[in-house]
Amino acid sequence: MSAVSAAYVDTEHAEHHELGFLRTYVFSTDHKMIARQFLFLGLFMMILGGLLALVIRWQLAWPETAVPGLGWILTETEGILEPSTYNMAFTMHATIMIFFVVMPILAGAFGNFLIPLMIGARDMAFPFLNMLSFWVAALAGVLMLAGFFVPGGHAAAGWTSYAPLSSVTEYTGVNWGQNLWCISLFVLGISSMMGAINYITTVVNMRAPGMTLFRMPLVVWSLFITAILLLLALPVLTSGVAMLLFDRMLGTSWFRPSGGGEPLLWQHLFWYFGHPEVYILILPAMGIGSEILPVFARKPIFGYHAMAFSMIAIAFLSWIVYGHHMFVSGMNPTLGLSFMITTMIIAVPSAIKTFNWLGTLWGGRIRFTVPMLNALAFVSMFVIGGLSGIFMASTPVDIFIQDTYFIVAHIHYVVFGGSIFGAFAAIYYWFPKMFGRMTNPALGHLHFWPTFVFFNMTFFPMHILGVGGHMRRIYNPTQYEMLQPLQWWNVLITIGAIGLGLAQIPFVINFFWSLFAGRKAPVNPWNATTLEWSAPSPPPHLNWGPRLPTVHRGPYEYSVPGSSEDFLPQWEPSSAVPAGARRH
Amino acid sequence: MVSAFSVVDAPARGPARRTTGGDLPPRLPPPGGDGDGPDREPDPRRPILDNARLATLFLIVAEVMLFAGLVSGFFVLRLGAPVWPPPLEPRLPVAATAVNTLVLLASSVAMLAARRALAERDLAALARRVGVTAALGALFLTVQGFEWVRLVRFGLTVSSGAYGSTFYTLIGAHALHVLVALLWVLLTLQLIVRGRFSPDRPGMMRACAMYWHFVVLLWPVLYVTVYLL
Ligand code: HEM
Ligand SMILES: [Cu+2]
Repeated sequence: MSAVSAAYVDTEHAEHHELGFLRTYVFSTDHKMIARQFLFLGLFMMILGGLLALVIRWQLAWPETAVPGLGWILTETEGILEPSTYNMAFTMHATIMIFFVVMPILAGAFGNFLIPLMIGARDMAFPFLNMLSFWVAALAGVLMLAGFFVPGGHAAAGWTSYAPLSSVTEYTGVNWGQNLWCISLFVLGISSMMGAINYITTVVNMRAPGMTLFRMPLVVWSLFITAILLLLALPVLTSGVAMLLFDRMLGTSWFRPSGGGEPLLWQHLFWYFGHPEVYILILPAMGIGSEILPVFARKPIFGYHAMAFSMIAIAFLSWIVYGHHMFVSGMNPTLGLSFMITTMIIAVPSAIKTFNWLGTLWGGRIRFTVPMLNALAFVSMFVIGGLSGIFMASTPVDIFIQDTYFIVAHIHYVVFGGSIFGAFAAIYYWFPKMFGRMTNPALGHLHFWPTFVFFNMTFFPMHILGVGGHMRRIYNPTQYEMLQPLQWWNVLITIGAIGLGLAQIPFVINFFWSLFAGRKAPVNPWNATTLEWSAPSPPPHLNWGPRLPTVHRGPYEYSVPGSSEDFLPQWEPSSAVPAGARRH
Repeated sequence: MVSAFSVVDAPARGPARRTTGGDLPPRLPPPGGDGDGPDREPDPRRPILDNARLATLFLIVAEVMLFAGLVSGFFVLRLGAPVWPPPLEPRLPVAATAVNTLVLLASSVAMLAARRALAERDLAALARRVGVTAALGALFLTVQGFEWVRLVRFGLTVSSGAYGSTFYTLIGAHALHVLVALLWVLLTLQLIVRGRFSPDRPGMMRACAMYWHFVVLLWPVLYVTVYLL
């Protein structure tokens, strides 16, 4: 069962037989095709999640007026949101964005695409399992979408689905919507588990000769650690949603106090998963940033080992901080204090990473390409999100700003500012390798700059709203006298959000135009050093010709003194390099 | 580009160590070995655990987290209850299940014996012992099923409050895992009996054995937690 010998066997066959349409594009076991499938799944869901966000924003800026274009869906109210519809909209916006956009794009698409190519493997350790993992995720997506069409509407208890609001049908009036929400996440958990097992096995066992752990590109490290977090965290959510589903459908009493259950149990299970989950969302983006910054600053990453070890530290610490989501759940203040301290500590490795990114940029010859701009946006926006995290981590402050728009600002600075800008950076950077064509830089700039400006216009004022006491998840802010003076912020934010939505149009055009008509990509368009740039663009089935690349050095050898080129690829043998330039 | 994949390159550094890190310079093909010249790919690294077993190990890790979630849920409800087991609820069949526990543990012993047969390349014994494992596993499930039917007759159902909820969820989750593991064992058995299994490629068989031992060893933990505490 040795994986590598399996790859040998495959190589023989690869040249001979052509796979049919179904096996190439639909039920493909090729990690690159599965990556593209995850990417399309994520981008499709992003449109949906984005539209839901605009619906929410419309209601907050101009409450109880007809949402343009919604008249033909909400026929009874002629496009006006009812409270229950509003609850459904924010619940499903977050659920879709977290589970069906960020996770499929970062962990699903880029995990699949990059891990084998960057460690010099011909495919994942278990290609069939890999295919299964995509189709199970797609099934979860279908189940999640089905919830919109059942009587009673979709889940409306927030993406956190706190019991007993979520566990008792009468409270929200939602029946099958919430059930499908549970079933979908259960199924998605199975998909993620298959993916995580595959990633870990591949990284541990399938690295090319010479690819030591500490020669792995940092994005592979980040995906590896993400996979470990997925493996450990998602089963806990799975146990929780199973209990929730049983409470709703079989009449168990896990969260029902009248039967001896405990509603708080849900919060523990959810956040025990939930905090590692937020690092699942951000770690791949951190890895992507660490890949792109050195390439366009033409400098080695600053502190490679510190980068790898800080991610490992994050992975350990993320298990002991989850209580910071429950400060106001009535927990013992002493326990709150310990969660506060661990949360402060987990900011340290994030800070180490940030300083290392800055160190990488320092004195570099920076090229402001579209991927680089997005990577820079990732770093700077993540800093803001991390800092607001510190505020909320201190219990005395959090008691006032919990459940306000401050936390909504925080979430979006880390998940949009961090993960989504990271995803954009990755798409622009690896598009040439993924699809064999370059994207259009002019359209790329036209996408990036408005996105960056409108992003801040949308989310920065939310800090102010939050400190002003604007509650999160409320239907109509104008009902509260204290919020009326703040209402113009809501209008401003909504205008920003509409701009942010429109700013994605150049991206969509760029994506599809480049897919079919972009300039043909050379093998190594960015003069990068990592192994994926040694394979043709796009790489064929099994990635390399008859022989796998051999790795000779670490991944960030840019501007090496004494070398004729300003970069030394990992696959270039040392004999081709002047002796003075050797480092490892 | 061809030279980029050259094998003969970095000078050997010190004595060979076998690490998963692949720290070594690529190993050269044995001189005059299988004769496809210096151009062939360097030998694959020999990982400590083959892919199938490594993946099973991680699968088990994930399963442990799943049951950790369920068991901690159990403890939250159990410790929050004023009286446990609640009055007027049927008592769990502690003794019968203890015997059943022994049945399940015995199946693991049979699986260990099967491993020995595999090492000795005795396929007939292997098939027999894997068969015994499966039979004991099936017996365990059947007895569990009967106990469930009796408990339901006595009035303990999923909707009998925290007691019934935790019991059926935890024990049911385990039974489901035994069922899946049993199917896996039967699949392996079928491969052996049909002669489609070679002791030279024991990866799947060993992975199956690992998973079986996991579901068996999980049981005493659940038994003590749910029946005895
Ligand atoms: C410097 C590191 C971070 C710190 C100190 C931090 C701290 C916190 C705290 C204390 C809360 C709870 C606030 C409350 O409910 O009152 C929170 C919420 C949240 N954080 Fe962070 N955080 C950090 C990084 C991140 C990252 C990297 C992400 C995601 C990529 C993230 C995503 C979230 C989300 C989604 C919530 C809201 C959950 C909800 O209630 O719906 N955070 N954070
Ligand atoms: Cu958290």
